[in-house]
Amino acid sequence: MNILTYLIPISLILGAVGLVAFIYTVKSNQYDDPEGDARRILSDDYDDKPKQ
Amino acid sequence: MTVPMRPSPSACPACAAAPAAEALAERALKPAQIALSLPTIHCSACISKIERGLNAHPGVRGARVNLTLKRASIDAAPEVSAEELRTLVEGLGFEAHELDGASLGATATGRAGRDLLMRLAVAGFASMNVMLLSVSVWSGAEDATRDMFHWISAAITLPAIAFSGQPFFRNAWAALSKGRLNMDVPITLAIVLAIFTSLWETVLSGEHAYFDAALALTFFLLAGRYLDHRTRAIARSAAEELTALEVPRATRLQDGVEAQVNIAELRLGDLILVRPGGRMPVDGEIVTGTSEIDRSLLTGETLPVFAGEGQAVSAGEVNLTGPLTVRATAVGADTSLHRMADLVAIAESGRSRYTSLADKAAKLYAPGVHILSALSFLGWYLYTWDMRTALNIAAAVLIITCPCALGLAVPAVTTAASGRLFRRGMLIKHETALERLAQVDTVVFDKTGTLTTGTPQLTNLAALPRRAVECALALAQGSSHPLARAITTAARDGGFAATQLTDVTEVPGYGTRALWNGQEVRLGRASWTGAAPLAETASFLKIGDQAPLAFIFADRLRPGAAEAVEALKSSGKTVILMSGDTTPAVEALALRLGIPHWVAEALPADKSARIQALSGEGAHVLMVGDGLNDTAALAAAHVSISPASALDAARVASDIVLLGNDLTPIAAACDTAQSATRRIRENFRIATIYNMIAVPLAVAGLATPLIAALAMSLSSITVSLNALRLR
Repeated sequence: MNILTYLIPISLILGAVGLVAFIYTVKSNQYDDPEGDARRILSDDYDDKPKQ
Repeated sequence: MTVPMRPSPSACPACAAAPAAEALAERALKPAQIALSLPTIHCSACISKIERGLNAHPGVRGARVNLTLKRASIDAAPEVSAEELRTLVEGLGFEAHELDGASLGATATGRAGRDLLMRLAVAGFASMNVMLLSVSVWSGAEDATRDMFHWISAAITLPAIAFSGQPFFRNAWAALSKGRLNMDVPITLAIVLAIFTSLWETVLSGEHAYFDAALALTFFLLAGRYLDHRTRAIARSAAEELTALEVPRATRLQDGVEAQVNIAELRLGDLILVRPGGRMPVDGEIVTGTSEIDRSLLTGETLPVFAGEGQAVSAGEVNLTGPLTVRATAVGADTSLHRMADLVAIAESGRSRYTSLADKAAKLYAPGVHILSALSFLGWYLYTWDMRTALNIAAAVLIITCPCALGLAVPAVTTAASGRLFRRGMLIKHETALERLAQVDTVVFDKTGTLTTGTPQLTNLAALPRRAVECALALAQGSSHPLARAITTAARDGGFAATQLTDVTEVPGYGTRALWNGQEVRLGRASWTGAAPLAETASFLKIGDQAPLAFIFADRLRPGAAEAVEALKSSGKTVILMSGDTTPAVEALALRLGIPHWVAEALPADKSARIQALSGEGAHVLMVGDGLNDTAALAAAHVSISPASALDAARVASDIVLLGNDLTPIAAACDTAQSATRRIRENFRIATIYNMIAVPLAVAGLATPLIAALAMSLSSITVSLNALRLR
């Protein structure tokens, strides 16, 4: 049963990481233009350096 | 794309893109100074072409295209005008319209949606973790291990529920403090009771804890709420965009100098210049100029009315031929346009009388659940004299009956149906509009602007002598008057060429005159050409001293009008034509479309009174109209549709807006609405069946957290899948 002392914290941390990542995506407006974002990946406008 | 593909220098393109996305996101949050609507964009090439074009403009600090909303937000220097950028985008080969930033107040809606999404995410992630622990308990964890799992579950659940459950707690409290019951009361009670008994069980090292059920319940219900919110947010933002397309600006004359001002800044006594094609921003009196004005949006008349000095005009009328200077006699909320729109708000509307299917279900459901749970508590307490057992069973009954499936039953279907109709060009503005549309058995159409486009069409071209048509074409081709334009189009399509005329002058409000081989030719209204006025819309050509020739016009049918009327009739609905226009014009159209019942010369009050009379006879009326004279009728009808070209007031009063030019989707929408209502009822039935199986188990004290979890998830998933079957 000692394995639980590792597994439970790991599962909790992984859950928390997922949640934080999701909150970050919501906060940074990544769901505002799903259709446009899907198409933008095909454009090579900022491939050399990111847009400032 | 003209730029060749190159390998990216960064090993991980996403790493390079992440800070850029962040920076852009921050920019998107700031209110854009200029917004353009780009209805025709569809691909990545369009996005980069427009963005590159806009960013190349020296005054533009940043531009971002949103493909989902088909809109560009531009952060530009103050001296850059929207018109300048609009022409720039049009020059790139895309249709662009300026949007009024003030009408696009989508930020509040966005914030509410984000708030719900955040709560949904917390409930989802917490329930995943708790479910993991619960599965170990169900598969046989015992004693200290089980207790530890229960304690960890409690530690996750309590804060998660405290955050995620807030919308339900708030609504339930609002209802209870007014002494009423709504769907949120049993939800809140179930969540609170589940957590309370589970904590109690955990303290006493009991076997059953419902932490996972409480979280799953919150998650599914929030999913329903979020779907509901999104459907409405999409409809609202599209409706806002329609409003924003009409930029409220007017030309004010100050000491003879023209200045562009916001309509809200206009004051009584201001002199306002209205150019041909412009809409009157205020009620007023014509000071200088003669023209003709189109009052069809206000009264339903197709025939333009003569306007001269001293005549009163009302806001919303369209100036047709000559520039007019108008002195404002009523502005803003005092204009007749606004007063009529206010009447609509007072009129009792069909939508407020209607109780939605969800409310009906809640009214039956909420008291039933409470009574059932209280009875099982009382029964078990009297039977065992054990508070703990009785409370446990009462909680199990509440959790199992909890309206997960009921909460998803309506939003899942309306989301699917609204999405389908939106793609066909219909915008569902009101939440119960679909349910009401499904009941419709009588359809009332307005004429001008709804069944017809309001643009005239020349009908007697073949009967006119060739020389006359060629002469009329020469007179008409320079004018922007709708009748003149109809002559030009018809004559050009018929292969006629204009004759050579000299001294062509347009006399605003009357017509056009010129010299042809030394004799005067005139094309214009009856009185000006010395002709006897006709019942139909007509224009007259007078060559020299000859008798005037009549050019007769009929209103052009809106595309799909005939098909829509035919489809509605064949599905067994009564179709009625109700118009403010003259009897011959209405009768002709009714005959042309095969509409058996028609009413002409109906005043706005007549229209709504007739619709109320029809409702009084038990009919469910769908009103389709676009003008200000229709707004009261739109509000009085059971459900209402207006085309996108309608006045703002009419669009506000209606439940559904037709985005395209075509009327055919109306009949299809009735079918979709009917099948959507059928799906909603099916969903209620599915939820009831699950309850009928699970509730006896719960009352008998046989329900375990596993059974609760299974019943809840299965019913929610079946209901969502059933909604997706909608065709």
